[in-house]
Amino acid sequence: MEKNILINGEFKKGLKDGVPIALGYLSVSFSVGIMAVSGGLSVFQGALMSLTNVTSAGQFAGIQIIAAGGTILELILTQFIINLRYALMSLSLSQKLSEGMTLWQRLVVAFANTDEIFAVAMGHAKSLTFPYMAGLQILPILGWTLGTILGAVAGGILPKPLGNALSVALYGMFVAVVVPVAKKARPVLFVVILAAALSCVIYYVPIFSGISAGMSIIICTAVAAALGAVLFPVREEAQP
Amino acid sequence: MIYVYIAVMAIVTYLIRMIPLTAFRKKIKNKYIKSFLYYVPYTCLTAMTLPAVFYATGSLLSAAAGMVVAVVLALKERGLVAVAAGACVTVFVAEWLVHILA
Repeated sequence: MEKNILINGEFKKGLKDGVPIALGYLSVSFSVGIMAVSGGLSVFQGALMSLTNVTSAGQFAGIQIIAAGGTILELILTQFIINLRYALMSLSLSQKLSEGMTLWQRLVVAFANTDEIFAVAMGHAKSLTFPYMAGLQILPILGWTLGTILGAVAGGILPKPLGNALSVALYGMFVAVVVPVAKKARPVLFVVILAAALSCVIYYVPIFSGISAGMSIIICTAVAAALGAVLFPVREEAQP
Repeated sequence: MIYVYIAVMAIVTYLIRMIPLTAFRKKIKNKYIKSFLYYVPYTCLTAMTLPAVFYATGSLLSAAAGMVVAVVLALKERGLVAVAAGACVTVFVAEWLVHILA
């Protein structure tokens, strides 16, 4: 009985902590929905992608590849490279999970370990229980999926200027993640400028016109990050 | 065919999140691998944004204006939603200005 009350409390705390993330996702995933439809996906396919992936950058690249008629191999490589950061986050998260968490519970918790959920979980004062993590993830997953549906449905009937405006929401979110860190950490600023330069070279220089959008993301991400790792290996405390 | 793509994306993404959470209980020791993983989100998000963002709206001008506002808001460390909203509103206003001035 007492244990049930405790579990309920943890679940409710998780739900509460998930509300701001869910609201943020609701607005940002709107542009994922718009992008999905303009990339040739149906509303249902867009919603299914959001519900099963819960990753902005990965879905964004995936939609680009689908729209461009890219190969499955290209898709796998892109998803792998882009989402590789989640491996690091899951690794950090695994150190903070409560001892009693079973394998099955870990399998569930892994599903929606997004940047924002990871950030909130790591900021949580106590070790992470399964009810807390379940509560934390539910609303953001729903918000992400619902926003995608709204964007996919409304994207088609929205006036063009409004659609154009909303389609930069995701880019805005990316800027919000990158810029504050680049401002504080010189090595991050360096790898960011390098990635931007490489990406522009591949995009504008005619010799590289054979390189697809997905391949370009892989090349720029990996080369800039690898060069950063060799030139500026991060110290222990710099790790997220 | 699109369903195959969606399934592949979901499986790859899930495995990346799941394997370290269940299999690896020890921390990565190699500082180069750690550093590479640390830089990946930033290089990846940048490569996806530039130069693609400039072709995401109706005109180069409105997209550039949106980006400038996003960077300024991000430098002031406004949250995720504020930066995204600021970029959207700027693009909307810029396109409207371009429309009435042109």
